[in-house]
Amino acid sequence: MYYFDPHIHMVSRTTDDYEMLAKMGCVGLSEPAFWAGFDRGSAESFRDYFRQLTEVEPKRAAQYGIQHYTWLCINAKEAENVSLSREVIAIIPDFLDCHNVLGIGEIGLNKNTKNEAIIFTEHLELAVRYNQQILIHTPHLEDKYQGTRMILDMLCDDSRIDRGRVLVDHVEEHTVRHVLDEGFWAGMTLYPTTKCTPQRACDIIEMYGSERLMANSAGDWGPSKPTAIPDLILEMRRRGHPESLIRKIVYENPLEFFRQSQGFTFKSPDADDASTINDRTASEPK
Amino acid sequence: MPLPMTSNQVLDREFLEIRAKILDLAASFDRLDRADGSVVGDPRQSLVQEALSVLSSTQKDRAEQIQLLFSHHYEDDWQEKFNLPSAAKLRTRST
Ligand SMILES: [Zn+2]
Repeated sequence: MYYFDPHIHMVSRTTDDYEMLAKMGCVGLSEPAFWAGFDRGSAESFRDYFRQLTEVEPKRAAQYGIQHYTWLCINAKEAENVSLSREVIAIIPDFLDCHNVLGIGEIGLNKNTKNEAIIFTEHLELAVRYNQQILIHTPHLEDKYQGTRMILDMLCDDSRIDRGRVLVDHVEEHTVRHVLDEGFWAGMTLYPTTKCTPQRACDIIEMYGSERLMANSAGDWGPSKPTAIPDLILEMRRRGHPESLIRKIVYENPLEFFRQSQGFTFKSPDADDASTINDRTASEPK
Repeated sequence: MPLPMTSNQVLDREFLEIRAKILDLAASFDRLDRADGSVVGDPRQSLVQEALSVLSSTQKDRAEQIQLLFSHHYEDDWQEKFNLPSAAKLRTRST
C-alpha cells in the first residue's frame, strides 16, 4: 500500500532512511520546519535551513521516488526569543513561492508561555496575509492539554482562518475531540516514548472515525521511528479493518488536506505521466 | 466505527501483553521500595496512585482520564492573565 507521511523531519535522517521509507510504500511526505536540537544563532541560519528544505531535501527524496513538501516557520522552542522570531518571520515570504512549500508550520506552543503565544499569533497573521495553510505543533506530556486548548482559543478567535486548512498535530486521547469538534484536521504522531503508539492511534480511529484524521511518524533527530506509519497499517490489518479505511487514513486524507495548498502538485505513482492526483481522485492505488 | 474484533479475540491477543505490563509496574514499585530514601510526599507518587485507581475503575475512557490526570490544568482566562488581548481584539484595535 502506498502511504504519505504528513509530518517527518528528513533533514535529521540519513539517505538510507529515504531508501527504507520508499521500500515500505512511502510515496510522499511533508516536512515542517522545527527545532534543530540547539538554538540557532541568527535569522540567516534560518535562511540556510529554508534553502535546505526547499532545494536540498526535495532532490534527496526524489532519488527514491518520494515527493517532498515542506512548511516554514520559527518553531515554538525558539519563539521564546521574540526579536529573532520576528526577523525569521520577515524572511519567510521570500520562500513561499518555492515549488514544494505548503504553508506555515509547525507553529504552536512548547511550554505555553506568553512569548510563544505572541509569536504564534504573528505566524497566524503571516498565514492569513499570504493565504497559506497552517500546520500546528501541540506541546508534549503535561503541557499538551493546556497548550492545545490555548492554541484552539487563538485559532478560533480569528474568524479569518479557514479551519479546514489547518492541521493540528500530535493529538492524543485527551485532545483529539477538541480539535475535531472545532472543525480542524488532526494528526496523530506515532512516537516511541512521549507520544502515541500504533495501538492507541488505532483505538482513536475506532472511537472518532476517519474524517479529518491522519497519522505521522514525526521522525527526527531524537528517539523516533521513521517507519511508524507501516506499523499502524499492520496494526489496523491485524484488527481486521478494511483496506479502504487504512488507505483513507494513511494516503487519501493527507492528499485531501494538502491539495488545498497551491504548492501541492503531487503525482500519484500510478498516474499517467501527464496527469496529477488532482484529476485522479477516483483511481487511487488499491 | 466499531472495533472489528470480539472482546474474546482482544483478550486472546492481549492477555500476555497486559500481564507483562502489569509485571513491569509491579517491579517498578518494588524497585522504588528497595531503593534508599523515601518519596513519600512527592506529588508524582500520589499521581501514580490516582492513576492506578482510574485503571481499576470501570469507566469507558480510562486512557483519556489518565492523560488528563497527568496534565496541567487549562483556564480559559489565560489571555487576560498574560495580559494578551485575544487575536480578535488585536485586529479591531489595529483597524
Ligand atoms: Zn515535528
